[in-house]
Amino acid sequence: MIYLDNAATTQVRNEVVDAMIPYFHDKFGNPSSLYELASENKNAINQAREVIAKTIGADSNEIFFTSGGTESDNWALRNAAENYGEKGRHIITSRIEHHAVLHTCEYLSKKGFEITYVNVDEYGMIRLNELRNAIRKDTILISVMFANNEIGSIQPVGEIGRIARQAGVLFHTDAVQAYCHVPIDVKEMNIDFLSASGHKIRGPKGVGFLYVRNKIKLSPMIFGGSQERKMRAGTENVPGIIGLSTAAKLENANLIKRANRESRARDYLIERIMREIPFTRLNGHRYNRLPGNASFSFQYVDGESLLVMLDMEGICASSGSACTSGSLEPSHVLRAVGLSDEVAYGTLRLTISEDTTREEIDKTVDTVKKIVSELRSKSEEYNNMLQKYRRCRMNNGR
Amino acid sequence: MSKGTVVVGMSGGVDSSVAAYLLKKEGYDVIGVTMQIWQDDYNEENRKGEGCCGITAVDDARRVADRIGIPYYVMNFKEEFKKNVIDYFLSEYQCGRTPNPCIACNRYVKWEALLKRSLEIGADYIATGHYARVEQLANGRFAVRNSVTAKKDQTYALYNLTQEQLRRTLMPIGAYTKEQTRQIAKEAGLMVASKPDSQDICFIPDNDYAGFIEEQTKEKSRPGNFVDKDGNILGTHKGITHYTVGQRKGLNLSMGHPVFVTEIRPDTNEVVIGENKDVFTNRLVAGNINYMSIADFEGEYRTFAKIRYNHGGAWCVLHKLSDGRVECIFDEPVRAVTPGQAVVFYDGEYVMGGGTILE
Repeated sequence: MIYLDNAATTQVRNEVVDAMIPYFHDKFGNPSSLYELASENKNAINQAREVIAKTIGADSNEIFFTSGGTESDNWALRNAAENYGEKGRHIITSRIEHHAVLHTCEYLSKKGFEITYVNVDEYGMIRLNELRNAIRKDTILISVMFANNEIGSIQPVGEIGRIARQAGVLFHTDAVQAYCHVPIDVKEMNIDFLSASGHKIRGPKGVGFLYVRNKIKLSPMIFGGSQERKMRAGTENVPGIIGLSTAAKLENANLIKRANRESRARDYLIERIMREIPFTRLNGHRYNRLPGNASFSFQYVDGESLLVMLDMEGICASSGSACTSGSLEPSHVLRAVGLSDEVAYGTLRLTISEDTTREEIDKTVDTVKKIVSELRSKSEEYNNMLQKYRRCRMNNGR
Repeated sequence: MSKGTVVVGMSGGVDSSVAAYLLKKEGYDVIGVTMQIWQDDYNEENRKGEGCCGITAVDDARRVADRIGIPYYVMNFKEEFKKNVIDYFLSEYQCGRTPNPCIACNRYVKWEALLKRSLEIGADYIATGHYARVEQLANGRFAVRNSVTAKKDQTYALYNLTQEQLRRTLMPIGAYTKEQTRQIAKEAGLMVASKPDSQDICFIPDNDYAGFIEEQTKEKSRPGNFVDKDGNILGTHKGITHYTVGQRKGLNLSMGHPVFVTEIRPDTNEVVIGENKDVFTNRLVAGNINYMSIADFEGEYRTFAKIRYNHGGAWCVLHKLSDGRVECIFDEPVRAVTPGQAVVFYDGEYVMGGGTILE
């Protein structure tokens, strides 16, 4: 099996599993209890918090553990609306956000907030001028993702942060795809809220965090006990938190080296596909993209058939827009970068990890190439196009 | 050795589950596919129950595929379904006809689209859990034959399949009764053995057709007049989409005797009311004829016809009209010939052909 869907989720590192296991066995105590078995766990959580804080240049009291990226996104947006709604009722976001942000925005718009969706260019990069012009007196929040999950484009977050700070507007970034894959410094980048998740960085599922800059008003996400300083009640997911912090520490330590290695492999993959398969579009920015992300749209190909046939060949990939059932929809992201539905349907996202080998990439490219040409040979549109082209050539010959 | 690769359309119900199971046992390479056709994002609470389109259907089908040991995929056919079934359903109702969306779904979605996708990924056949059989006749043509159990016969909604589609179709459970199918499911350990049958139209689980049409077209039903056949106004109706020919319930007319819808006139927004005898006729005209067991006919053709899904059938003689239309003269008058519904002709146990009732 060749796994090229690391943007969907990643395999947990052995070191991470090893670090988690004691918290199911010997160290099973409830962190809120009084005895030592428990207070050790409280310490472990706070140490994990410090580890996480360091990875993004934050203070440890600015980190709140959650169930993952989606919860963090929900919390950041709803909190801004709740605590700053009196200042204004306008929120700016982009057209290519994850549904965790978009659907929360839809909810807030039903609650009387006005949402402006800023466009992106053909490479999936946010239009900064449009963003600047969208800011009004009553704007309270800008939420723009750090890097896109489908097409991998990395946004100019530092620039957006500066614009937001100068305008006195809060800035949230969904960094689920970027965290531990590209360097992040929340202070330098003027980030007020940042969402991240464990299972995208070879940690466990069901755990993530929200960074909230000090001095920002925060309301609880979940009411109950005094966990997470009463902001997110409920007995802590201790093994998950330990797993998250262990993964973050490991992944952050060799971030640059890993990113370079992945980028090289990615570029090799992109180059082979683009050179060897005609009528193919690379989605996202050629260079300014996540190290592991490659997204292609093959004209005259049905992406769903392509994915099924890849699976039959033992290659796990996705279209870049898995809906709840694992099915395919022409995604809002591909539409936002200007793809017609017809072309968007033929989209394939391959996301590699540091363990992906050159052989796996070669095998994948060969297989994609074979399947694409098989599918095209059965496509009426493709054959019509070829015929038209042949006729042109014959006419030229005369 | 494998008998070939077959894609089984799995709804999560007992019939298609057993179909997949039987084919695997017979030595086919089986791939399970659930067709995602109609799933309203914001209305899931209405549809999480039974039927072929719910979220739980996918979970059930996946579980069955896992149990049988076959690869399983969910494929998206929403666009094809919207275009060929929903849009057709809406426009037919708005034209005062009563469509049969299952027939359109079979022809254009379950067969045309699924078959295309299946051949694309390298399959040789598609299979479904219909109570019907597909056989090649002495004349070389393929025809749908009724199920061994008349009670569950589903041939009516399959009349519109093309020869090419039938050539590539397997219906393994047509040889069994529903009870046998459930028994097979039980013995094979398929957990769907006791799931209830799906009912009615899958995309309108609450059966409120008129409400669905209003919601989809964003047009309110326009009330109009109930009239008798002489044009006398009898009352006010709620909008023509609320009615179908032969309907008695829900008219809210007190005439002192039972009354029925005998005709719907979309051009004047009138619903014509009459007595039971007015609902009977011995003639209909059908168009868009699909011939199945025969390639065509000349002159007259004596056959047995069903004019709706649960109709017992009636003997009639067919005459060719212009444009490929067919006139059907029944030996005895039949009740509630409904424009928009299909008339299906039978040669013994085989579907001879069928068409859409025009008048």
